[in-house]
Amino acid sequence: MKWLSALCCGLMLMALSPAVPAIDSEPPFQDPAMQARYEHLIHEFRCLVCQDETIADSNADLAADFRRQVHQQVAAGKTDADIRAYMVNRYGDFILYKPPVQTSTWLLWFGPFLFLTIAVGMVVVVIRRRSSMLRDSADSDGESI
Amino acid sequence: MKSRYLVYSLPVLVLAGLLALFMRGLFLNPTIVPSPLIGKPAPAFSLPRLRQSTQPITQDEFKGKVALLNVWATWCVACRDEHETLVQFAKQNIIPIYGLDYKDERQTALDWLAKEGDPYTAIAFDANGDVAINWGVYGAPETFLLDKQGIIRHKYIGPLTPAIIKNDLLPRIHRLEQESP
Repeated sequence: MKWLSALCCGLMLMALSPAVPAIDSEPPFQDPAMQARYEHLIHEFRCLVCQDETIADSNADLAADFRRQVHQQVAAGKTDADIRAYMVNRYGDFILYKPPVQTSTWLLWFGPFLFLTIAVGMVVVVIRRRSSMLRDSADSDGESI
Repeated sequence: MKSRYLVYSLPVLVLAGLLALFMRGLFLNPTIVPSPLIGKPAPAFSLPRLRQSTQPITQDEFKGKVALLNVWATWCVACRDEHETLVQFAKQNIIPIYGLDYKDERQTALDWLAKEGDPYTAIAFDANGDVAINWGVYGAPETFLLDKQGIIRHKYIGPLTPAIIKNDLLPRIHRLEQESP
């Protein structure tokens, strides 16, 4: 039974341990508001080496360089919009993990709603037609009696 | 009757459209991210040179002629593959090739060039990679084609090959050479 309690202990420790952030050379900001902005921003940018990860999650060297860049710019007093613009001007919209809503992405953002509307419209048309057909046949049945 | 055919064929048409879209997606290469810097002036920088570390090099050095800027490093395996192609291209003396040595060790880079040949007219040494980020670099090797005004006109992501040089780069250089300075 000893091994079982050890295993449980281990699992609990694993569950309780906080997510370990990537090891970066920059110390965390003293100002918690700046640290929060930094944390928020690094979750917004895509690592272009491992494209399905944000730079906050990725261990790639490039992601570390991007984090350092964001860190420096936050420290230099740049606004979130400045930092976003800096990255987009160099790497394009693809650097943003969440695609921006703009003309070229309307289909991406609103396409699902468009298809849903078309589908609902078709269902309504079919149901109306069926029920009117039923009513017609019911009426003619009534007449025959 | 006609409208019924339309209603029933609509889902099929939509599905066919989606499948065509997915089919196209299969043949796209998501690792090639188009650069927004194309058509813009080369981003400003000032870096030590790899060979003469006390003399700075800036983007002004590229102006006045069509030129290449090749981002490379000795730790980058694909750059090593590309190296021989660059050495051969440099021998033809068509346009100067500048280098941006990216997050490298100075001595390792110098040893590598001494051993494998040096195709570069001049090399900027970007120790921490900040200049590379300013140029929108995300995966070495990358090669920028600059016109006579120092404007970025094209970017190759991944190693240049003799075929790319012959079929794509040389025609582009030819067109840029025709432009007035």
